[in-house]
Amino acid sequence: MIEKTVAELAKALRAREISSVELTQAFLDRISRYKALNAFITVDANRSLAQARAADARLAKGEAGPLTGVPIAQKDIFCADGWRTTCGSKILSNFIAPYDATTIEKFNAAGAVVLGKTNMDEFAMGSSNETSFYGPVQNPWDVESVPGGSSGGSAAAVAARLAPAATGTDTGGSIRQPAALTNLTGLKPSYGRVSRYGMIAFASSLDQGGPMTRTAEDAALLLNVMAGFDPRDSTSLERPVPDYAATLDADIRGLRVGLPREYFGEGLNAEVARAIEAAIGEYKKLGAQVVEVELPNSKLAVPCYYVLAPAEASSNLSRFDGVRYGYRAPEYDDLIDMYSKTRAEGFGAEVKRRIMIGTYALSAGYYDAYYLKAQKLRRLIADDFTRAFEKCDVILGPTSPTTAFKRGAKTDDPVAMYLSDIYTISVNLAGLPGMSIPAGFDIKGLPIGLQLIGKYFDEARLLNVAHRYQQVTDWHDRVPPGFD
Amino acid sequence: MEWESVIGLEVHTQLLTKSKAFSGASTKYGAAPNTQACAVDIALPGVLPVFNKEAARMAVKFGLAIGAAINRRSVFARKNYFYPDLPKGYQISQYELPIVAKGRVTIDIDGQEKVVGITRAHLEEDAGKSLHEDFHGMSGIDLNRAGTPLLEIVSEPDLRSAKEAVAYLKKLHQLVVYLGICDGNMQEGSFRCDANVSVRRKGETKFGTRAEIKNVNSFRFVEKAIEYEIERQVELLEAGGKVVQETRLYDSDKNETRSMRGKEEAMDYRYFPDPDLPPLVIDEAFVRDVEKTMPELPDAKRARFIKDYGLSPYDASVLTASREMAQYYEETATASGQPKLAANWIASELSGYLNRENKDITQSPVTARMMTGLLKRIADNTISGKIAKDVLDAMWSGEGDADTVIAKQGLRQITDTGAIEKVVDEVIAKNPKQLEQYRAGKEALFGYFVGQVMKATGGKANPAQVNELLKKKLAG
Repeated sequence: MIEKTVAELAKALRAREISSVELTQAFLDRISRYKALNAFITVDANRSLAQARAADARLAKGEAGPLTGVPIAQKDIFCADGWRTTCGSKILSNFIAPYDATTIEKFNAAGAVVLGKTNMDEFAMGSSNETSFYGPVQNPWDVESVPGGSSGGSAAAVAARLAPAATGTDTGGSIRQPAALTNLTGLKPSYGRVSRYGMIAFASSLDQGGPMTRTAEDAALLLNVMAGFDPRDSTSLERPVPDYAATLDADIRGLRVGLPREYFGEGLNAEVARAIEAAIGEYKKLGAQVVEVELPNSKLAVPCYYVLAPAEASSNLSRFDGVRYGYRAPEYDDLIDMYSKTRAEGFGAEVKRRIMIGTYALSAGYYDAYYLKAQKLRRLIADDFTRAFEKCDVILGPTSPTTAFKRGAKTDDPVAMYLSDIYTISVNLAGLPGMSIPAGFDIKGLPIGLQLIGKYFDEARLLNVAHRYQQVTDWHDRVPPGFD
Repeated sequence: MEWESVIGLEVHTQLLTKSKAFSGASTKYGAAPNTQACAVDIALPGVLPVFNKEAARMAVKFGLAIGAAINRRSVFARKNYFYPDLPKGYQISQYELPIVAKGRVTIDIDGQEKVVGITRAHLEEDAGKSLHEDFHGMSGIDLNRAGTPLLEIVSEPDLRSAKEAVAYLKKLHQLVVYLGICDGNMQEGSFRCDANVSVRRKGETKFGTRAEIKNVNSFRFVEKAIEYEIERQVELLEAGGKVVQETRLYDSDKNETRSMRGKEEAMDYRYFPDPDLPPLVIDEAFVRDVEKTMPELPDAKRARFIKDYGLSPYDASVLTASREMAQYYEETATASGQPKLAANWIASELSGYLNRENKDITQSPVTARMMTGLLKRIADNTISGKIAKDVLDAMWSGEGDADTVIAKQGLRQITDTGAIEKVVDEVIAKNPKQLEQYRAGKEALFGYFVGQVMKATGGKANPAQVNELLKKKLAG
């Protein structure tokens, strides 16, 4: 049961071979057994089981939706009515969300069960899940290594089979990088494809929620639920949602796969490079043509991102002021003191660092040099992709320059940490869909992720291209030793 | 030394939308604290703003009324600062690209027209309210107002006196109320004003250093605050001092302005485009649509009243002060067929009653139809102008329409020549001495005889007929 994909579980539930209560309980048992992974911030068996019972009743009546009865782990960035929603921060340690995020609402409507709220870097700021107030998450492939971040809890949970699938969010690589480091399939949809309502904002112009699953097929099933226009999110787009599962098997002969020269240069680990080369070979066998493309402004993506994302974050996080909800410092002299202490005690070091950077970048006298300049770079980076896609249908490269690194290895060197996202960040800046899929292992047995980047709103093609690869490889079926 | 003051006003008008600028919560005034603040207004984690296009419609309406260009693309920005009644820690406002560009209004200063430039008008959201009384050592926060749409109207520094500033402010007030985009209620804060004031020597072309006076909430206080501030700055400069750029608060109890924060403490609001909101795009069709809903504006209406009804500029101003007043007047003038009479009775008599009881025309117990009834009886000589005042008074007190009052109190004018002649004869018979004096040349006594006749008829005799008959009979 634990080994089944979402597609298989949904089928088994509809055939009433298993009940949602049994299934949910089985995963809850595993969550508690592998508690040491620290993949979850909040588990509420009663709530989950109540949902499972309701799902079973629906199944009994033959009213099943596409995911009825399937437990899904939700990143703790999504507000879920009645659930504590912390965003990995102390400042929201006592916050019980009084409403459902659109994503949660859609999963509920599809019949899914909220299996719990997964651990994450504080306010999604991090690439290793080490900035969480609730402690770091272990990578099931090597418990001393990080699972990536910020959606590290979701990644560890699905990789360790504590959940059949999970949601993540991706601002600069927070779905794709942890997926790569834990042997998962992770999809960051195009900006505007999935509603951000109820998803606690980090950098509004970059944030996007998406699925973290074991297969491309499962990612398609989850995206079918998550995608779509939301009148409550002015940045979501009113475009029809195709059935992403319908085109998974489409032939990819003649597909033009673009290889950006800049993604294979200095800084890329040799073992990762070899795995990507091998994957390119598989695609050739599937009939794809390989073309070289250029993304000349790639090297500017990290500095550009580390101006824009903190700038937006510095403003987005202003609401956490101790006035209306969340943590408030127990003692203070006056209003300013209350603000200072609440935020000094409530936020962790990385969050404070980014608030400082962002505040600085938006300040009078620096705005033009930083914020405006970064906006111009963003346009150049997006234009690079537009030009590249004149020559190809998808872009292929590594997701992360290295495999999972040891906990603590980069915590004292923020820039080294930021460079973990060097291949993923520009995709967010351009608003494009990006995916990471399992593409092998290094000599230490750590997973390697392959990144696929698609044209705007071309998720169906990405899923198709990923699925075809998964039909001829079995990397994605590998289970971390000790978790089978 | 002669000084000239330079004043520019920033006026915040609350737009009369049903729901807030970026949420579906109601904007109604006066509800219990925090009952009209939804998840978006209290800035729960994860919520997002969705712009209420009705606010854009109202802004465009204003833009058209001041002859301004409407920016086809305007941008919402975040103005960042911390305050407990600002739930998000930033206010959504328009900064670099406002919805309404340069426009103008014309004011009247002692019969002289003056054009005042409007730099821009932009959309933004209001903050909540901090309540410092009633909470022993604590502050209460009411977020009902948070997110209410505002149109901030910024004038050019074209105003040269407190009087001009008030005239401009009144003009804007009239305009936004006419347009139906603001209720104009200054007490409730629907129409608020900040004033930028500086002084310079006459003839100087450069501006002096200005002080900004915050949130003055009545026409009278605006005038007093500016006057005080001008005097303060002039005194300071004449004593060899320097005006510092700062924000000042007006204290109406003491009639003075006080420093609130100086330039060095000036906030850096770190404006940047709000990434949650796409640019506001206004297309031609939208503007055309709004154009169709434009009412006749006060200036045009006033000109028309002067031309079509032959009114004096003063009466025309009074009668176009509000849309409701103008409507009352036109209804009465048309139905009675007596535009001039209607103007006199409404602009002076009725307005007197309204002012005394601090009512506006919509609250008048004397409706346009009742006023029409009264004017008709004056015109057809049923009652004299003097009696009509008594009838109006009775109507105001709720004794019914003009005909009812006239019938009930027997006020119908006596126009029967025979009846008047009888009284005239009696009066002359009773006053032989006066008659003798009159005939001896003391013509001033004519008024005495008129008075006697009116007294005998209870004021109801037609004055023209009385005059005519008396003249004939007294002459002998």
